Amino acid sequence: MQISMTINGTFVTREIEPRVLLVHFIRDDLRLTGTHWGCDTTNCGTCVVLMDGQPVKSCTVLAAMADGHAITTVEGLANGATLDPVQQGFMEEHGLQCGFCTPGMMLTARALLDHNPHPEPLEIREAISGQICRCTGYATIVRSIQWAAEHPVGATTETTDEEVHA
Amino acid sequence: MTILEDRPSNPAAGDHDRPVGHGRMQRKEDPRFVRGKGHYVDDIVLPGMLHGAILRAPVAHARLVSIDTTEALAHPKVLAVITGSDLQALGLAWAPTLSMDVQAVLVTDKVRFQGQEVAFVVAEDRYAARDALELIQVEYDVLPPVVDARKAMDPGAPVIRDDLEGRTDNHIFDWEAGNKAETDAVFASADVVVTQEIVYPRVHPAPMETCGAVADFDPIDGRLTLYETTQAPHAHRTLFAMVSGIPEHKIRVVSPDIGGGFGNKVGIYPGYILAVVGSIVTGKPVKWVEDRSENLMSTSFARDYIMQGEIAATKDGKILALRTSVLADHGAFNATAQPTKYPAGFFHIFTGSYDLAAAHCTVTGVYTNKAPGGVAYACSFRVTEAVYLVERMVDILARKLEMDPAELRLKNFIKKEQFPYANKTGWEYDSGDYEPTMRLSMKMAGYDELRREQKEKRERGELMGIGISFFTETVGAGPRKDMDILGLGMADGAELRIHPTGKAVVRISVQSQGQGHETTFAQIVAEEIGIPPEDIDVVHGDTDQTPFGLGTYGSRSTPVSGAAVALVARKVREKARFIAAAMLETRPEDLEWEKGRWFVKGDPSVGKTIAEIAMGAHGTVALPEGIDGNLDAEVTYDPPNLTFPFGAYICVVDVDPGTGHVKVRRFIAVDDCGTRINPMIIEGQIHGGLTDGVGMALMEFIEFDQEGNCLGGSFMDYLIPTAMEVPDWETGFTVTPSPHHPIGAKGIGESATVGSPPAVVNAVVDALAPFGVVHMDMPCTPARVWEAMQGRTRPPV
Repeated sequence: MQISMTINGTFVTREIEPRVLLVHFIRDDLRLTGTHWGCDTTNCGTCVVLMDGQPVKSCTVLAAMADGHAITTVEGLANGATLDPVQQGFMEEHGLQCGFCTPGMMLTARALLDHNPHPEPLEIREAISGQICRCTGYATIVRSIQWAAEHPVGATTETTDEEVHA
Repeated sequence: MTILEDRPSNPAAGDHDRPVGHGRMQRKEDPRFVRGKGHYVDDIVLPGMLHGAILRAPVAHARLVSIDTTEALAHPKVLAVITGSDLQALGLAWAPTLSMDVQAVLVTDKVRFQGQEVAFVVAEDRYAARDALELIQVEYDVLPPVVDARKAMDPGAPVIRDDLEGRTDNHIFDWEAGNKAETDAVFASADVVVTQEIVYPRVHPAPMETCGAVADFDPIDGRLTLYETTQAPHAHRTLFAMVSGIPEHKIRVVSPDIGGGFGNKVGIYPGYILAVVGSIVTGKPVKWVEDRSENLMSTSFARDYIMQGEIAATKDGKILALRTSVLADHGAFNATAQPTKYPAGFFHIFTGSYDLAAAHCTVTGVYTNKAPGGVAYACSFRVTEAVYLVERMVDILARKLEMDPAELRLKNFIKKEQFPYANKTGWEYDSGDYEPTMRLSMKMAGYDELRREQKEKRERGELMGIGISFFTETVGAGPRKDMDILGLGMADGAELRIHPTGKAVVRISVQSQGQGHETTFAQIVAEEIGIPPEDIDVVHGDTDQTPFGLGTYGSRSTPVSGAAVALVARKVREKARFIAAAMLETRPEDLEWEKGRWFVKGDPSVGKTIAEIAMGAHGTVALPEGIDGNLDAEVTYDPPNLTFPFGAYICVVDVDPGTGHVKVRRFIAVDDCGTRINPMIIEGQIHGGLTDGVGMALMEFIEFDQEGNCLGGSFMDYLIPTAMEVPDWETGFTVTPSPHHPIGAKGIGESATVGSPPAVVNAVVDALAPFGVVHMDMPCTPARVWEAMQGRTRPPV
C-alpha cells in the first residue's frame, strides 16, 4: 500500500507492506536511525516519536496509521545547527549515558514543555514514566528537562578559550 | 567545550581533593547522541545485507526428535536455514564458554533451557526471517526439567549435561576460600551466632539495546568484519579465531556505540556465531538483532545464589567471623565470565568492610534447565552477592543484639591504620578510611532525626524503615599472575600519539557502553601532558584500531585501562623531555616539567610546549641517540593488585500497611572511588546503579514455573524502575586514593549496583520490624511484603 506523511517537515510517500511498524518504517525505509527499538511490548519507550506533536511509541503504531500525519523524530528536534533547548539541557545536566533511550526521552520532554512550559519535577517524572532508562537513574533527566524549561530559547554553550583554560 | 564548574584546570596529579584533568566537563560523545546520530549495531546497513532470526525452544528440557525446514526454505525471501546438524557437519555445533565449558550454538541432541537456539533463518528482510521461523516444523520429546537448584543434586535428578563424557549428575564445581577449621573454632566459642538463608534471585541486566551483530565475511580474502554488541572486542576476536578457524589477523571486531552493557554483552552468544555462519554460507553480510524476549530469556542472567549465612559475635557487638555455603545456579551451560581461577568470581570478599578473626565460604555450582550466564548486571564478579550477604547478616545480627545497625558497623570497621589490609580469604585491600564515609552519610541523612521520626511513626502504626549498607568492592581485574579469561591475562593496552600540531589520539583496549570513555580518558591524558581534552581523540571499540586488552566489565576500565592511559602519557612526557633537551641544546636532566611544557631549571622563560616538541620530533631537529622521530608511545598495563572502592548508603522507605507497597522516600549515597576524574560522570554512574539496586530489591526477578517456563520474558513481567519509582538521589563523596594506581583512581561503575540492594532490603525489613520480620528475600514486591506482614514467607523459588 502507499502511505504519505510529513517527517520532520518533509513530505514523504512510500510503498509499504500494510503490517510494517512505524518504527521500522522510520528506521529501515527512511534511514532515520535516531529512533530506537528496545522491546516488543510498548514498555520501554526508546521508540517514542511525536505524531502531530503528541508522543507515541512507534513500535505500537503501524506505519499505515501515520498516513496523513506529521511525525517528528529526534533528527527533527534541532533547527539546523541550533539545538533544541531540550537537547542542550541533556548535555548540560548529563541526562544521558549510553544514549539509547535519549531520543525518546527528549521528544517526550519537548511535547511536555510545549503544553506545560514550567513543569514541576513530579510532572516531569510522570511525563517520562512510560519510558525506561537503564543508565541515568532519571534524576539527571529531570534536571535536563528543567534546564530546558529555564532556557526556553536555549543558550549559547560556547565559551571563550580563556574561560576554558582559566 | 564548556566547563560547568569553576575549577582550576588540571590540578596537580597529587592533589586528590580535586578532580583530574578538567573536572566536571560535558561529554565529548553527547553531541552525536542528542542529535540521534549515535551509531549502534542495528543502525548498520551494508550493501546486500541479509537478516537472520533464531527459532527458539518452547520448552525447557526435551530431546530433539526431528526438524523439518522444507517449508521455510521454500519461502521466496529465505536464503538459508541452518540447523544443529548443519553446524555439526562444520564442527561448529558447540562453542567454548568463558568458563571452560561448552555451549550448544544450535541444539543437536537436546534442548536444555526454554528459549535455547534451535535453528537460524537468513532472509532478505527482518519480517521475512521471522515469517519463516513459523514454517519450521520441530518435534520434541519433552523431558522433566530441573528448575530448583536445591534439587539439582538429588539422586535421580535428570542429568542435564549428558553431552559431557561420563557425566552422571548436575554438579559443576566446588570451591572454597578462607580457613574452615579456624572459622569453626571461632564460631564454637562465640557468644552469639546468627544464621539466615539468603537468596539473591536471578535477575537480568536488560540494557535498553538488546544484543546483536552484523557479520560480513569476504570470501575472496577470507576476512571477517564483525560488528557486535560486545564489551570486550579483543577477547571476542581471539575467541572467534579459536572457534571458527579464521586466522585472528583476518578478523576485525567492531563494537560501535553500545546501548548499555552492564555485563550482558561480555559473553559470546550463539546469535553472534550464527550471524557469522550465515554470512559465510550466503556470501553476504548478515544482521542478527535479538528481540527483548530473546534478550531476557537467553542471554546472560545475573546472581541466582542461595546462601546459608552465619555470623558470630561477642555479646557486646564485636563481629568475630562469617561463614557461608552457597548453592550457585549456573543454568544449562557454565558460561559465566570470570577469571579462570575464580569459579565463584570474587564472592570471597564476603567479609566486607569488617575486621574479622576468621571467615570461610564454600560455593557449589550446579546445572539447571535455565539460561546460562551468571556474571552480569554490574556485579563486579559476584561482589554483589557477597555484599548483599554480609550487609544483611550484619543487620540481622544488629537486631539480635538490639544494637543500632550504624553503631554495629562503626564498631567493627577495618581501621584506617590497618590498610593495606589482608582479609581472611586472601584479599589485600589497598586503602580505606571507612568511618568518615559512614559518618558523612549519617550526617547527610540526618540519621538520628530519622530514627526519632521512625519511633513516632511506629507509635502511630505507620511503617517507616531505615536501611544501611556499607560496602567494599574489589574491582579492576586483574594481576595477570592470578587472573586470566581462557588464558588471556587481564591486562589492557594504550597507545598515545601526539600529532605534529600538538593534537593527540589515544587508543584504548576497553569499550564504552555509555560510561563516557571518550571524555574521561581524554581528561586523564590532559592531566598528564597538558593538552586540553578537546584536542585529544579517544579511539575505542575496533580491534583494527586499538591495542589488545580484555575490555570493559567488572568496573575495570579506570583501574586498568585508565592506568594504562596515565602511564602511556607519562611515557610520552618523558620522551618529550629528551626531544625538548635536543631542541633547547641542553641536557634532559636540566629540564623541569610544568603542565604542558618542559623548561630550563632556573629559567622558566626558556622552554618548549608539548606542541612545539611534537613538531620538533616530526621535524628536522637532530634527535638524541635512541629517540625515534615521533612523540608516540604504547604500554600494556598489568595491575599489581585490584582496587577497593567503598561507600556508605542509607535508604529510607515508607511501606503502605494496607497494600505492602514500598516507596523509597530518600536514598543517600556516599561513595569513595579514590581519585575522581569527572564528577559529573561519577555521579551519573552512581545514580544508574542505585536505580538498579532499587529495581532488584523491589521488582526485578527472572522467575520460572515448575515446567521451566521463564516468567520474566518481557518488560511486562520483568519490571524495571521508571522515574516514578526512584527518588531524587542524594550523593556525597570522600576521597581515599588507591596507593598502587598511577592516578589513585579505583573505579565507580558498579559500586552503586553492588552496594544499594542491601540498603533497600534492610530498610524494608526495618519497616516490618513491628511484625517480627527478620529477613525477606528480594524482590520485596507488594505481595511478598504483605505476606511477610501476615507472618508468612513465600516458599523460596
